[in-house]
Amino acid sequence: MKARIFVTLKDGVLDPQGQAIQGALGALGFSGVESVRQGKVIDIELAPEDASEKRIREMCETLLANTVIENYRIEML
Amino acid sequence: MKAAIIQFPGTNREGDMAAALRLVSGRDADIVWHGETSLPAGVDLIVLPGGFSFGDYLRSGAIAAHSPVMRDVAKRAEDGVMVLGVCNGFQALCEAGLLPGALMRNASLKFVCREVKLKVTNTATPFTSLYRSGQVIRCPVAHADGNYFADAETLDQLEAEDRVVFRYADGTNPNGSQRDIAGITNERRNVLGMMPHPEDLVEAAHGGDDGLALFKGLVEGLQEKAA
Repeated sequence: MKARIFVTLKDGVLDPQGQAIQGALGALGFSGVESVRQGKVIDIELAPEDASEKRIREMCETLLANTVIENYRIEML
Repeated sequence: MKAAIIQFPGTNREGDMAAALRLVSGRDADIVWHGETSLPAGVDLIVLPGGFSFGDYLRSGAIAAHSPVMRDVAKRAEDGVMVLGVCNGFQALCEAGLLPGALMRNASLKFVCREVKLKVTNTATPFTSLYRSGQVIRCPVAHADGNYFADAETLDQLEAEDRVVFRYADGTNPNGSQRDIAGITNERRNVLGMMPHPEDLVEAAHGGDDGLALFKGLVEGLQEKAA
């Protein structure tokens, strides 16, 4: 079983990397880019006997996301 | 004093830390590998030094925070043992939940390696007892992820409880840290995390010794406690 985890910065947390990307897009002539936020995608493959969304959630809470600054979303593939 | 310095794969400042501790205590610290499940008996100071544990993968300090030895570090901290985390050590203490908040990418997106000014904003801690309240000291920084973040409620609480111990002073905030925070303690004041490196300014050959008082105060306090 496969899961895809999206880790994104919470609203209100400054994202200097996103801002740098936004600046670069502007410099390349892409107008109208009002905001860029950068995140991470983590793909996980689980053995069938260990596959459950609950376990993925535990992984996110324990290690994959820092919930002080980040949100996460799980997509079971 | 019996100190243990934790070494993770990618830690690289354990030597500077050991030298600073030897200078003030005359004793060698134990270097403890992160895979150990327990710290030596009788340790009264645990140090998480700087470096790039696990290559800063995922988030700086995130993987180190879950190394086997960290369970005993958390347990000893709960027992009141002194814990000092510098730079990557501060990041790991936050990731481990021993200190609140998180260290994010520097606002400039650049690795900063320079000297800053620090204001000592609380001297009623075992780490800062030999400084004067409000004293401004010199201290080097060297990091890419030193931008301290916590929600407004947590920041207010840290300030109300006098747990912000060091602040960047005189406009030298190198990383965009909220409220110029450079170092904080836990509620009990036995755990300190700070981004700057006091161990790198402890003798004339370093160009100054403003960091020395931190280690002197710490060691003297521990020696008094042991006596």
